[in-house]
Amino acid sequence: MSASEGHGASVRIEACGKTFADGTRALEPATLEIARGETLVLLGPSGCGKTTMLRIIAGLELPDAGGKVLFDGKDMTSIPIERRNVGMVFQSYALFPNMSVSDNIGYGLKIRGVPEKQRAARVAELVALTNISGLENRRIDQLSGGQRQRVALARAVAIRPGILLLDEPLTALDAALRDRLRGELNRLLRALGITAIYVTHDQAEAMELGDRVVVMQKGAIAQIGTPREIYFTPQNRFVAEFIGAANIIEASIENGHLLLPGGRQAIGGDASMPAAVAMIRPETIHVVESGRAPLSGVIDSVSFIGDRQRLVVSGVSGKPLTIDAPNTVQARTGERIGLLISPDAVRLLPLEK
Amino acid sequence: MRDRLIFIGQLLFTLLVAAFLVVPAVQSILAGVTVNYFRGIQSGLTLQWVFQVLDLYTGTILLSFVIAFATLAVTLVVGVPAAYALHVREGRLSRIVEEIITLPLAIPGLAIALALLLTYQGFSDFRRSWFFILTGHVIFTMPFMVRSVMAVFASVDIKTLDEGAASLGASPWRRFRDVIVPNAIPGILAGSLMVVTLSLGEFNLTWMLHTPLTKTLPIGLADSYASMRLEVASAYTLIFFVMIIPLLVAMQFFAEKEQKR
Repeated sequence: MSASEGHGASVRIEACGKTFADGTRALEPATLEIARGETLVLLGPSGCGKTTMLRIIAGLELPDAGGKVLFDGKDMTSIPIERRNVGMVFQSYALFPNMSVSDNIGYGLKIRGVPEKQRAARVAELVALTNISGLENRRIDQLSGGQRQRVALARAVAIRPGILLLDEPLTALDAALRDRLRGELNRLLRALGITAIYVTHDQAEAMELGDRVVVMQKGAIAQIGTPREIYFTPQNRFVAEFIGAANIIEASIENGHLLLPGGRQAIGGDASMPAAVAMIRPETIHVVESGRAPLSGVIDSVSFIGDRQRLVVSGVSGKPLTIDAPNTVQARTGERIGLLISPDAVRLLPLEK
Repeated sequence: MRDRLIFIGQLLFTLLVAAFLVVPAVQSILAGVTVNYFRGIQSGLTLQWVFQVLDLYTGTILLSFVIAFATLAVTLVVGVPAAYALHVREGRLSRIVEEIITLPLAIPGLAIALALLLTYQGFSDFRRSWFFILTGHVIFTMPFMVRSVMAVFASVDIKTLDEGAASLGASPWRRFRDVIVPNAIPGILAGSLMVVTLSLGEFNLTWMLHTPLTKTLPIGLADSYASMRLEVASAYTLIFFVMIIPLLVAMQFFAEKEQKR
């Protein structure tokens, strides 16, 4: 399939909140824009409101009064899902057990009145695209989890939707398969050039697939940014800890340095406040000889992971510090080591009440 | 040796229990084809009682089936969409409606019949027609249809399938036709089986609602036991048995076939 098939719509949601009948607030009013052809990932722990937001965009939930959903600038708020021209992949796939694989993929086209011949051609195209050749006449209960996931994707894409919505599509699969399909899905989304909104609680999925990632917490948007932005410059402690591994250090500041039990650490940028919460990623900390380093501590534990080794070092800050060191570094438990951290690698976060 | 004794003991006990249940049925059936029941089987076998029953009650038998299948039609047309709506809609109103539909399970048939009589005795044409009995049967059997269809909906996550079909552009009616009904077939068959057998065998309610011209199989049976020779009534039982068993077997067969699929 060529990139010229890009047929995405842009999406804008305005002040969309959701309060359920029993009074629970699933989503604080949120405003969000998704560009044509962009892949946006909604990321957060369960109960953060990401699925509710997706279902509002899909048309499966109505936002609270005042909320609006616009596709290409057109108000779709009161239009039901069947007239929004969206493709949706459900966590449980929602494949029809009473239809074969090809009937599932062709169902949306049949609804649209596409003649049988063209329908068959389009189904064949998608069968090839999603690597499920030979399964066309199978029943759904004869498919493995990975195959079902591909059928669900093919079915959602077959109708050439303006927006593709994916609700944790890989969650039901085992880890190895999930990794492989993630790569395939990424290539497919790029090739289709379609506007996609992808819900997940898995930050690795969000990083790999998202052009932008919306990190959500307790029904509100915590941060929106590219994967690099949310990784390197998280705006608060929740984002810092949810995305990747992070050392969070509370310390007072003097002359552009964090004052730590294990020494002084230079920080970049504005450092006029008296104290701060700082985030340091484990892979930005370099192990050096203890004599010359600005910081030093004692190794609590060494875990060899393969491509790297993870050290836990105490005595540097209030809490033990996690460090990802190259797998060639000699490190033994109980040894005193020096640490070197570039001032740029220290990210100051707002103090929390 | 000891195992063998235990086995024989169990076998005998089982046969005894089975006989306890089967012998009366066999006796009743035999009575229907015996020339004179009080003189026993040596008086000879005959089909005259069977023909006499067919002569007298063909209309009743036919009406019974008409009512049973009309009841089935109404419970299908109303009950399946109702089950769909009740399953998909959460909210208090749906639960209240569900309770109301289920209520006839707990209310005696006599009470339902009395309520119908009190309400509709003024509409004499309706009161005299078989539609009156049909109304009673629909009220009585509806919970069985709705419940068994809803049970299937719950087991196949019909709500997500419905959302899936909607996302592909299907209108509520198309979703119902293409996805909901085909995936509810086991429940619909089980419900149909119950509705038809319950309607054919219903006595309490029908007894109150019937007129001399609108009788069903069980009413005819009571009638024949009350007013005719025992042989005729037994022949009636035989006919009842012969009619309902193939129906039950056929529906059971479909239900099993569907489950294997």
